[in-house]
Amino acid sequence: MAVNIGLKLFKRELTPKDIVKKSREDRFLAREIINGIFTDFVELHGDRLSGDDTSVIGGIARLNDQPVTVIAIDKGVDIHDKLSKRNGSPEPWGYRKAQRLMQQANKFHRPIVTFINTPGAFPGKTAEAQGQGEAIAQSILLSMKLTVPMIAIIYGEAGSGGALALATSDQVWMFQNSTYSILSPEGFASILWKDSKRSDEAAALMGLTPKDLLEKQVIDYIIPESRNHPRVFSLIRKRLDNEFKQLNSLTPEELMKQRRARFRAF
Amino acid sequence: MDLYNNDKSTSKIKRAESVNERIPDGLFLACPYCGTQMYNKQLGAYRVCANCGYGFRLQARERIELLTESFDELDADVTMTHPDFPGYADKLQRAKDQTNLGESVLTGVATIKEQRVALGIMDSYFMMGSLGSMTGEKITRLFEHATSNRLPVVLFTASGGARMQEGMNSLMQMAKVSAAVAEHQEAGLLYLVVLTDPTTGGVTASFAMQADITLGEPHALVGFAGARVIESTIHEKLPKDFQRVETLLKNGFVDDIVPRPELAEKIATLVKFHQVTEE
Ligand SMILES: [Zn+2]
Repeated sequence: MAVNIGLKLFKRELTPKDIVKKSREDRFLAREIINGIFTDFVELHGDRLSGDDTSVIGGIARLNDQPVTVIAIDKGVDIHDKLSKRNGSPEPWGYRKAQRLMQQANKFHRPIVTFINTPGAFPGKTAEAQGQGEAIAQSILLSMKLTVPMIAIIYGEAGSGGALALATSDQVWMFQNSTYSILSPEGFASILWKDSKRSDEAAALMGLTPKDLLEKQVIDYIIPESRNHPRVFSLIRKRLDNEFKQLNSLTPEELMKQRRARFRAF
Repeated sequence: MDLYNNDKSTSKIKRAESVNERIPDGLFLACPYCGTQMYNKQLGAYRVCANCGYGFRLQARERIELLTESFDELDADVTMTHPDFPGYADKLQRAKDQTNLGESVLTGVATIKEQRVALGIMDSYFMMGSLGSMTGEKITRLFEHATSNRLPVVLFTASGGARMQEGMNSLMQMAKVSAAVAEHQEAGLLYLVVLTDPTTGGVTASFAMQADITLGEPHALVGFAGARVIESTIHEKLPKDFQRVETLLKNGFVDDIVPRPELAEKIATLVKFHQVTEE
């Protein structure tokens, strides 16, 4: 606490526009996060219906000793990777892979951690034909019925329904320099003012920073960032462990009820 | 369930002149789908194109007139504090004045061909049927009412998507309504959606695609992303009917397409299949 107050005295607080910029810098990568927090990660592929969307990484890992299901949206590492992952914009079969793994987690009473970094669900032709809307709708509906603890962590940008699909959980955390919004500031400005260049103005108005969202109780916790990534990961590991212990002490019915009530409040 | 206790004289809602009623009979209109020109009065009571069967956009109260024998509105006076977004209060007031509605959805308990249902009708004339927090609240309460009174839910969707002025609150409605849908589902009750023109964005990505049975009106536009956004992403033009309900039927996302004049009968038939027997 004291440290935070002290830091504020010297550090200029970032504006929403600055945070939008930082949130897109790929300072943290999906696999780095997974391997930094968990051990023994085993990746599982495919939705069993139409394919494997590599922009959604999923699998089982250990959080300290406890098995957990991990689902992470990945923007990709190099330009080639980014192109094939559409800069972290999942296809419907990405969301359906997530649903499959969530159901699997529920069966084996494993907590679920999701990591989100996406400009939004992919607005492509095949995506649309294969039911992008339905895929997101079912991910949300399924999340409302799971009886295992779920924590979502936003580590970059989180845009629209494509982010919400993996964030209807018991708790939502955000990295200090990440954003969560109904739409990108560019899209917002172009819809509202027919001028995508007014995105900085939109960013200021949208309330998309972790601080804004914590205030509105859209999120529960802001993860302080550091250039020392292992330090960040160790903090997340400890906190996840703690929160899952608390959430696990609830009955499945209590847990589900509490999750639904969390969203009923809006 | 008591069908005979419904006092029709009080349950019929007050009618206000709708947007469509203000169009003179003699006015020449073009079908938004096929382009055929016709006189307004040729559309008939159901406002359907004689050439292609497209149903012209209706206001929620017009739909109720066409569809139900009785309608008791729920949560007519519910109010919520809206976020203080520049110009939003004015826009909202204008929508209310134009449509005679409090929000982009009208909810209540209705009888459709003698079947009692919890009925929600979204109105695309109210800020494009966008999903505001009060829209979400009213739909959530409709599901909650249906769950505690063991009623099926019939929901007519029409939406341009999120309500931008409400930001994250709008997004949260997708989750809020979904939680109420989950509870209704767990109670073993029927949820039926009728997709009407247009159903897009956050509504498509939540409660429009969570029903047990999903019907659509002919040629209704249904999609998640906007056509222009898709075209600028993939750098090609989309085929003509790409986001029409006929394509969704072919792709497996809709159970059936029902012409507007047949909807009441079809809904009643489906509701009867799922009648809850009282113990
Ligand atoms: Zn026509």
